[in-house]
Amino acid sequence: MKQIGDWALAMAVAHGASHAEARIVSERGRALGTRNGRVATAFEGESLGLGVRVLANGGWGFAATQELTREAIERCAVLAVEIAKASARVQREPVRLAAEPAARAEWSSECRIDPFAVPMDEQLALLRRIDEKLSSVAGVTLAETNFICRRYEQWFYSSEGSDIHQTRTITGAGFAAHAFEGDTIQTRSYPNSFGGQYQNKGYELIEELQLLDNAERVARECVALLKAPQCPQGRRDLVLDSSQLGLQIHESIGHPIELDRVLGFEANFAGTSFLTLDKLHTLRYGSELVNVVADARPEHGPGLGSFAYDDEGVAAQCVPIITRGQFEGYLSSRDTAALIGRPRSGGNMRAEGWARVPIVRMTNVSILPGEQPLSFDDLIASTGDGIYMETNRSWSIDDKRYQFQFGCEIGWEIKDGKLGRMVRNPSYSGITTEFWNSMDAICDRRYWTLWGTPNCGKGQPEQSMGTGHGAAPARFRQVKIGGAYGS
Amino acid sequence: MGASQIVDPSRCADLFKRVRRYASVSDVELSIYGGRSSLTRFANNAITQNVSEEGFDLSVRVQVGGRTARATTNRLDDDSLSRVVAQAEALASIQEEDPTLPPMLTAAEQGSAPQLDRYCEQTAAMSAGERSEQVAAMVAIAGREGLNSAGTYSNGEHFEALFNSHGVARWHRETLAEASVTMQAEDSSGWQKQNYSSATRLDVRQLASVAAEKAVRSAHPIELEPGKYTVVLEPAAVVDLIGFLAADFSGLALLEQRSCLNGRIGKQLFGENVTIVDDVTHPEQLGESFDGEGVARQQLTLVENGVVREVAMARATAARIAKSELATSFARVRPTGHGFSLPSEGGEAAVNIVIQVPEGERKSIDEMVAATERGLLITRLWYIREVDAFEKILTGMTRDGTFLIDSGRIGRGIRNFRFNQSVLEMLRQILNFGHSVRSCGEEAFAMVAPAMRIKDFLFTEATRF
Repeated sequence: MKQIGDWALAMAVAHGASHAEARIVSERGRALGTRNGRVATAFEGESLGLGVRVLANGGWGFAATQELTREAIERCAVLAVEIAKASARVQREPVRLAAEPAARAEWSSECRIDPFAVPMDEQLALLRRIDEKLSSVAGVTLAETNFICRRYEQWFYSSEGSDIHQTRTITGAGFAAHAFEGDTIQTRSYPNSFGGQYQNKGYELIEELQLLDNAERVARECVALLKAPQCPQGRRDLVLDSSQLGLQIHESIGHPIELDRVLGFEANFAGTSFLTLDKLHTLRYGSELVNVVADARPEHGPGLGSFAYDDEGVAAQCVPIITRGQFEGYLSSRDTAALIGRPRSGGNMRAEGWARVPIVRMTNVSILPGEQPLSFDDLIASTGDGIYMETNRSWSIDDKRYQFQFGCEIGWEIKDGKLGRMVRNPSYSGITTEFWNSMDAICDRRYWTLWGTPNCGKGQPEQSMGTGHGAAPARFRQVKIGGAYGS
Repeated sequence: MGASQIVDPSRCADLFKRVRRYASVSDVELSIYGGRSSLTRFANNAITQNVSEEGFDLSVRVQVGGRTARATTNRLDDDSLSRVVAQAEALASIQEEDPTLPPMLTAAEQGSAPQLDRYCEQTAAMSAGERSEQVAAMVAIAGREGLNSAGTYSNGEHFEALFNSHGVARWHRETLAEASVTMQAEDSSGWQKQNYSSATRLDVRQLASVAAEKAVRSAHPIELEPGKYTVVLEPAAVVDLIGFLAADFSGLALLEQRSCLNGRIGKQLFGENVTIVDDVTHPEQLGESFDGEGVARQQLTLVENGVVREVAMARATAARIAKSELATSFARVRPTGHGFSLPSEGGEAAVNIVIQVPEGERKSIDEMVAATERGLLITRLWYIREVDAFEKILTGMTRDGTFLIDSGRIGRGIRNFRFNQSVLEMLRQILNFGHSVRSCGEEAFAMVAPAMRIKDFLFTEATRF
């Protein structure tokens, strides 16, 4: 691979690149799934290719190819330089990069049980057993299960001398039960919606998730939702489970702190951000209990945003985002950091595969657990009147990341410190900063989970990326409930 | 070998011969798809990103009785082809028989699919320099108006070949050119987007000028109370809402009871003025004329005068529906050529939507505005998600050009609203249609759709800008 990188870099520099990077990516993936006992997904895939990113005349250019002959590699590098020079024709000022020392590194994510080494029939048999359990509950009209594993191996070389080889193994699984009756379709998922839980782990994750043990309970909850009363409307105290809080972080903290959005680079598609530069170190984002970091370091946990170096060769870092409620940091790249006078990138550039250019991305954007001991039971017990919601069903937020609305799969009323009757179609909405300032309790580390969001969409052409979000159940005071079914 | 070297049906056929040599089973299918695409992105009136990619995948499916599996690679060497076939065979071998999986499609069953000419040499060949010129034209309009522009200009070509061991052989290629532009003022913005198979049809100056006019006209937005409003939805907003129905017009979704059309086939679900067809041959459509198995795509009357008549059906779906209680809901049950590649989770979807408007009923947006005493003109919707699967309540935001209509005239820009609106209800409340044109948003696929004037569209909250 070093030879491929050398050919690309040498040709790019020879044709006028002032900076060049070559990324070679080899991916392998497997996906299995069932629907009502039928195999709906049975897939193996692999892909290998090269992406070359260059600066020439102060403009960016990127070209990618899967043809790895010397001739094709050099043609790809020359095209990248031609594109960069075309970029420079419509430019206000040349791109500058924050300094970064060259790195030489070899890193692999922890993987105790290689998921590709586990027999496929064993993997499929587990899904079949889960499917059977879901389907055995009267009233379930659709049972679905899924399992994926991926190995993502990348070689990064730069004209500054970086030589970084990283391998990540990703595993994920989950299931859902659906029920239709009369005028409603209800869904319950485990351990999370939209496919389940995903982490930088091996097959050990599947064993940890206890999928089979939870199938019948989840299916029964799904059927019970058919007869459950509609979630009431009005302002109430709201308790969120950790998976829903993870998505709330993703949408109302993770995206608005992307510096490319803040600087207007995403204005045409993903949008901009309410977190304009004047808000840094001055905005009270949340209450004193809100402590959020963007931590790509493997010691944060096996999140989908964990790595050793980002995709422009910057070492993984822990960037404080919100400290005791105060807004303290952005997600950045070498060029966006330079634009706001920062000496170094936060290490947040990531690309989907070899054919896409790195863009500013979330890593593991996590809320830290409460420092005071607080169990989930104690959290509920200290809530007089409210709603507890679990598992995301819908999510939407405006293009500056200010006004949001989330729906969840299931809710329970909280009365006098106890969980009461189940309610269906729960939803809540609010304004980002008002919401985070209303947080007055969060459970301690025992209840903290590092969730994986496997499919965050951003960029043009659009890229899908896995991000991590650690969260524990938390309470928010007097939130607007039920607006999704408002009249 | 790069994508540019295999964009040729005979080379793809040769690859299929090579793949078959490695198979130990008789039923083998090969899809080859890929191409080249380039995109120039700009923001703050300057190019910020500029990319080009070229690639393809070979995807092998094998079938043994009621078992099927797929494996994919982007390498063409013998070891890779051998490995990918072996992986597919191994994945198929571990399955139990699925009695609902039909035998692999034969040439006799595939039907006649027209070769659609959707390829433009000039569009495929556009250089980065030519894209820069198009971007420069949009940026110049921003500069003239004192606005901040962002957007994209892209071009590319895509091919798809499908072969199987029962003589099915399909081929399609097309080009696409697309421009999207957002113009931003201090507290307002405007947006436009369009794509065609030929770059010659893209008028970036027109797109940029309209986006700029919207940004200027919506400056200093006022805040309105949420509630029900008569709205004039421009085609991009219509497309992004209607697109959420595509997966509901699916036979498998009905069998699995996850469609909003459960129990509603043949009933007066929408207003009598609503007729929607699926027609891949429409001159303003793009895409191939066959499905994931190679079945020729049929024209479907999805909705006729407000009554749901047909849905998309893959082969397996059609066979299952024919044996189910659902069979009596449809005038005919047949594979419609909308199936996904197998094995499939979703079955099929209607993705070539054309909303038909009788000639005498077409109104211009100006006429629809003039007919509205008080309402909203909406350019675009954003971050649309499904709130309720059966009533098809969608939530989302307005964005980049939302105006008050006051006494039949376009008035001030307004702060953006969140909507929570049932699409089923919306299609009962259409007062007027515009002309159906090729339209694209950001949340759904492009379709041929008109602007619509709709009463009682529900907005539940406002944001701060």
